[in-house]
Amino acid sequence: MMSSNMKEQKKAPNLPARHRVEKIWKGGLFLSTLIGVLFLALLLVKIVNDSFGYMVVEYGLSPNAMAVNGVPVWDLPKEDKVLFLQENITPGRFKKLMKEKPLLERSDKEIKALILQEIAKPKVAQTWTLSQSIFQKSEIQATALQEYPQGELSFKAWLNWDFITSPQSSDPLYAGIRTAIMGSLFLMIVAILFSLPVGLGAAIYFEEFAVDNWLNRLLKTNINNLAGVPSIIYGILGLAIFVRLWEPVTSGAILGGVEAATINGRTILSGGLTLGLLILPIIIINSQEALRGVPFTIREASYGVGATKWQTIWSHVLPNSIPGIMTGAILAFSRAFGETAPLVVIGASTYIVYDPASIFSKFTALPIQIYQWTSRPQDEFRNLAAASILVLLILLLGLNTLAIYLRNRYRRTY
Amino acid sequence: MSENAQSPALILRSKKITRSRRTRRPGEAVITAFLFLCGLFSILITVAIIFELTKEALLFFADPNVTIWNFLTGLKWQPKINQFGVIPLLTATLVTSTIAMLVAIPLGLMVAIYLSEYASQKVRGTVKPIMEILAGIPTVVYGFFALTFITPLLRGTFGADTVNIYNMASAGIAMGILILPLIASISEDALSAVPRTLREAGYSLGSTKIEVALKIVVPAAFSGLSAACLLGISRAIGETMIVALAAGAGPNLTLNPFHSAETMTGYMVRISGGDLSYDSMDYNSIFAIGLLLFVITFFLNLISRWVVGHFREAYQ
Repeated sequence: MMSSNMKEQKKAPNLPARHRVEKIWKGGLFLSTLIGVLFLALLLVKIVNDSFGYMVVEYGLSPNAMAVNGVPVWDLPKEDKVLFLQENITPGRFKKLMKEKPLLERSDKEIKALILQEIAKPKVAQTWTLSQSIFQKSEIQATALQEYPQGELSFKAWLNWDFITSPQSSDPLYAGIRTAIMGSLFLMIVAILFSLPVGLGAAIYFEEFAVDNWLNRLLKTNINNLAGVPSIIYGILGLAIFVRLWEPVTSGAILGGVEAATINGRTILSGGLTLGLLILPIIIINSQEALRGVPFTIREASYGVGATKWQTIWSHVLPNSIPGIMTGAILAFSRAFGETAPLVVIGASTYIVYDPASIFSKFTALPIQIYQWTSRPQDEFRNLAAASILVLLILLLGLNTLAIYLRNRYRRTY
Repeated sequence: MSENAQSPALILRSKKITRSRRTRRPGEAVITAFLFLCGLFSILITVAIIFELTKEALLFFADPNVTIWNFLTGLKWQPKINQFGVIPLLTATLVTSTIAMLVAIPLGLMVAIYLSEYASQKVRGTVKPIMEILAGIPTVVYGFFALTFITPLLRGTFGADTVNIYNMASAGIAMGILILPLIASISEDALSAVPRTLREAGYSLGSTKIEVALKIVVPAAFSGLSAACLLGISRAIGETMIVALAAGAGPNLTLNPFHSAETMTGYMVRISGGDLSYDSMDYNSIFAIGLLLFVITFFLNLISRWVVGHFREAYQ
């Protein structure tokens, strides 16, 4: 017994040391993985933390001081409120409001909000994060009382329904992301209509038709290289070709109805096509993967009953690979949805108040909005950026869940 | 699909097919031609990128104030006084990418080794989706994170005097977090592809787990791992929104990561963000810088593909 023990010791005198090394490495590897997971947690916590919290609002005119003949304006009937509004704002502004929607047709709640916005003129003085709001509530209240005696402290959810449904505004209290979301949707539609047919067609060609010659090898290498080109390069390509060279097409001038002076190629069509180019290689690669997953026996069986090549592809290969193609395409679109740099380069407008009307409209997009608000130094714009990031992430999560669902629901194993 | 070969429906259908075969043949040629055009379209994109970038870059170099030599070696980028040296932009790109790689390569490889060699099925099933989510978050979100979280953290740790509000370190770290899942997932694929028998052989000689991982599995997967790192570097060099938000505006020749400096991509975004007039020096300059960026990333991608092909150990 003892001798065998000694033998072992002789054979592996450094065994304890090696086991120590093993333990240290294992701990290190685990720690690295933990750090990776922690990054995601931190990112999410930071964004939620900035999307909610206390804020102090200061009014140009205190809402409590607004009264007509001693009666607070808030207790007046709607008609009198409208009258009050008319008396206290400029005629031009009143006309503009009437043009948007006649005031008497608006609800009492809307009129109240208008009076607050137009006459009381609230301004965000300071904001706090969610964690501060929870753990330092009393300090916040003290600071608010001391530094903003006229101000009003309230808990603000920067992400709320009004935020999602309001158009862009330069006032952080009333700014929303509806125009940005609409812009993103329009861009996606253009990108999908362009890149899905072309990408799928290319994938079918490479998988089903391409013989192994120099041209096809070059084409395949080229796809892989395209997938690695930085997105900003696609941006300047779009700027040179879609915005500048194809200006008559992308500005809609070719269809008429656009004055020569306002012709501008920086439209949704240009942006969508640029994003389409960007995701084309991804769609091709993913679709190829899906087509490759269809076993050869299915094709052989189809040929066996006398189908032609295209009949085989159309009625057997494609139906069997559609789930995989859709999953890959959705993942590609979620990539396009968050792309910012190419849109900035082709010149997406940042301040757009109206929803896009057609593919020839100027546009802004959700990531552009986030970029703009993040680059403003004021805290309240950072809050807006965080809230829009939350919306963006929720939309992306929805898209990805859909992709995973499709993959699991329709997956076939052969 | 009917399994019964004798079914009359099938016979009928196959008759239909033989009949239609004759009529559909010219159509098939058209379809095949269309599909070929789709495939050809992709090379058109590459040609268009190279053509447009070169064309506008040539306009840039045609300016009497610019020479290619000055562009590549000049230490000042100040278009206002006709100084067009790309070195300050290049060093900023280099510094941010280096920091990103210092974060992403060690962490990414460690995560990959842990996932492929140590993690249980359950842990892998949780960590891999988390990595996928991290990889799917838009870069502008990382820019927000860098500017509003990492920068204050750095300033709190090292002092607001040493760390500028906009600094390359913050952008680099955020970029590292962005690239970490990319490197981890490609590396994990490479490590998992190493056959079990190699590991078993190592164990049978009395190796510990980490010895097998580091001395057998990692060398065997070396080509995949280095390709992952090269792809990561190329991604870092082309990354735009993080540096545009966090690294600062204005070219600055410095190697100090706590100072602000503009990278190539950051410059392109800032210049084109305003209303850029065509054929101006600014407009042409972004194409010249874009060409340089394209060439660098293109070669990195080519090298990474060559490494995969050349050093791959083929197993049955």
